[in-house]
Amino acid sequence: MTSISEAPQNPLPFDTARPRKVPGGYVIRWLRANLFASVTSSLITVILIVLLGKALLSLVQWGFWNAIWSVPGDQTGACRSIRGIGACWAVIPEKYRFILFGTYPFDQQWRPALVCLTFIALFFVSSRRSWWRKELVLLWAAALALIGVLMWGGIAGLPFVSQDRWGGLPVTLILATFGLAFGFPLGIVVALGRRSKLPAIRSLCVLYVELIRGVPLISLLFMASVMFPLFMPDGVNIDKLLRAQIAFVLFAGAYLAEVIRGGLQAVPRGQHDAADALGLSYWKKNGLIILPQAIRHVIPPLVNTFIAFFKDTSLVLIIGIFDLLTTAKTSIIDPAWQPFSVEVYLFVALIYFLFCFAMSRYSRGLEAQARHS
Amino acid sequence: MTTSTPDLPRRRRLRFSLNRQQIIGLLWQVVVVGIAVAIVGFLWSNALHNLSARRISTGFAFLGREAGMPIADTWLAYSPKDPYVRAFIVGIVNTLRVAVIGIVLATVLGTLIGIARLSSNWLLSRLAAIYVELLRDIPLLLQLLFWYVLMQGLPAARAAWKPIEGIFLSNRGLVLPSIPIAEANLWVIAAMVAGLIALFVLRRQLTARQEADGKVRHLWPYALVLVVGLPALVSLGLGASWTVTMPELRGFNFVGGLTLAPEYFALLIALVTYTSAFIAEIVRSGIQAVPRGQWDAANALGLRRSFVLQRIVLPQALRVIIPPMTNQYLNLTKNSSLAVAVGYQDVVSIANTALNQTGQAIEAIALIMMVFLTISLGISLFMNWYNARIALVER
Repeated sequence: MTSISEAPQNPLPFDTARPRKVPGGYVIRWLRANLFASVTSSLITVILIVLLGKALLSLVQWGFWNAIWSVPGDQTGACRSIRGIGACWAVIPEKYRFILFGTYPFDQQWRPALVCLTFIALFFVSSRRSWWRKELVLLWAAALALIGVLMWGGIAGLPFVSQDRWGGLPVTLILATFGLAFGFPLGIVVALGRRSKLPAIRSLCVLYVELIRGVPLISLLFMASVMFPLFMPDGVNIDKLLRAQIAFVLFAGAYLAEVIRGGLQAVPRGQHDAADALGLSYWKKNGLIILPQAIRHVIPPLVNTFIAFFKDTSLVLIIGIFDLLTTAKTSIIDPAWQPFSVEVYLFVALIYFLFCFAMSRYSRGLEAQARHS
Repeated sequence: MTTSTPDLPRRRRLRFSLNRQQIIGLLWQVVVVGIAVAIVGFLWSNALHNLSARRISTGFAFLGREAGMPIADTWLAYSPKDPYVRAFIVGIVNTLRVAVIGIVLATVLGTLIGIARLSSNWLLSRLAAIYVELLRDIPLLLQLLFWYVLMQGLPAARAAWKPIEGIFLSNRGLVLPSIPIAEANLWVIAAMVAGLIALFVLRRQLTARQEADGKVRHLWPYALVLVVGLPALVSLGLGASWTVTMPELRGFNFVGGLTLAPEYFALLIALVTYTSAFIAEIVRSGIQAVPRGQWDAANALGLRRSFVLQRIVLPQALRVIIPPMTNQYLNLTKNSSLAVAVGYQDVVSIANTALNQTGQAIEAIALIMMVFLTISLGISLFMNWYNARIALVER
């Protein structure tokens, strides 16, 4: 391999202060420093350029040059004839409404669209440091209520839409957001419980966290979809989406608890002592002194947990809940469009990517801020 | 779990030292445990009632009944007439087959990409960064479905791609040349493992002696004898055959060789590439965590680059790398349960089928949990042992 020690510690591509030894302008010097620094490096560069060029060329040919962007109706003959040579992007305009909103009544689909926008606005607002105040909780409550009204309807002249017709992106966002919104307080309580001096409470929390983290999420979802009805008294029948949501809350609670526990451990002992000396009660001590510091410590890993959790909501495909991935997979059951699943998966991957990339960018920004302060 | 444990030792002190705070603590525990027991008891009584209403008997007796489920891809002999317990064992082996091979490959690929990410070559490090970002930010299940669709889109067996002689890639999966394993071959492999263990013990002794008297002792002659010579002797003695069978296309399918079914292959690729992106980040931050001064000091001593990396930087980086790496291994193992989405029959998929056939939901899910808790515990124990071995010994 090439030199490991050079790149990472030095943020500039090369030492600008050094007197010019190498002839040539900025570009040439940059190239020499970063692509052709040694024989091995030059060799790697050349090989990579050749491979990359080939890959990009075939990708561009498939995705743009030979691609078909629209076909009339279900006439996919033209698409079929270029299979493997060019992409059939015509499948996206044909199916995007179903992929994004599932079987939600077609003329009412502005409602889930508005819900998605509300979610995005909510995430954006919550990510601003200047908004981290008590009022944010109220805003969340209001936004979640608005989302409920929009999705269900039944009041304010909106026709009622039952949960089994929900689908696509709103379902993914609902599962992720509600899972985190309820999992977060649960995680805080469990994290505190795990560090409690009371042995019975501590062991209960350890049992919960280790059980949930020890098994795959799928088995929890199976449990929610198959076993949950068994555990309910006669006549109580909870909707499938809600059952999955409960499984996600329990799952998020266990993982978030571990992250928050890490933050609790990072709060110095003196903070506890000082709070005790002031005579604060357990809840005041934790709520006002310890937790705010602990959570600030772990914001970047928390965001990473959010990302993982957002991706994990796609697992509901296996128990047949119509989230974004399930609608995508279902949209290509249609025989006319069946061969073009790659295009559909790429489209959905882009949506997931945009959400996760935004979050990971954000988390990296926070980490950089934390390093500077 | 129970309230009796905490309050037993305290009862003796009750008269003297149980202050207000302790009483509150005790009350809290009684209340919380009481609520937990009440919830579990409520759910449990409902479950018993519902099960008896549906005439489903509880217990693991169903494991002895005939499974009647076909399993296509298996390393163990299995027929649908076998009992459920056999099907479960096949499933566990299938899970381990993906998990173990996946962990090894993901570690190798992830380490390479992590190192590439730190390369001074701008193009290489950029490409590695794009790889990491792209794979980390797309759900694994979506990637798995994507690979599986690509796999199905491959040409049929007759028009299979042949990148190298003897390797076929088609919609039947990946076919590789193989060596038929007979009893004699197993003995040779056993001899090699024994040789490796002996070499490991020997190395410790040699290092200890070298540290004592300062004389350099070479390991490679012993390695040659123990790892190459010994198995070769056993092979000759038992007359083991090592002929490679090349897969051949006969009719519509392949004969001979080792076939990786498309389901298995897609799952393996998805797990390996996805996990390798996370491992790359762990390796990168681990190497970066080694202070710059360590490199400089080693260079000042005039040590060779490879020596510096092997003996100075990596041992220190490993201490940072191992704990998060353990998590990734556990994740990969748990993620292997996504197999059910492409129809590879791992233990979760088989338990799910069994559940649908028998209605024994509690038992099937308890089995899944047991299997994964055991595997998780095994990986954790091994990695903790390894971590303790490489941990910083402070004097």
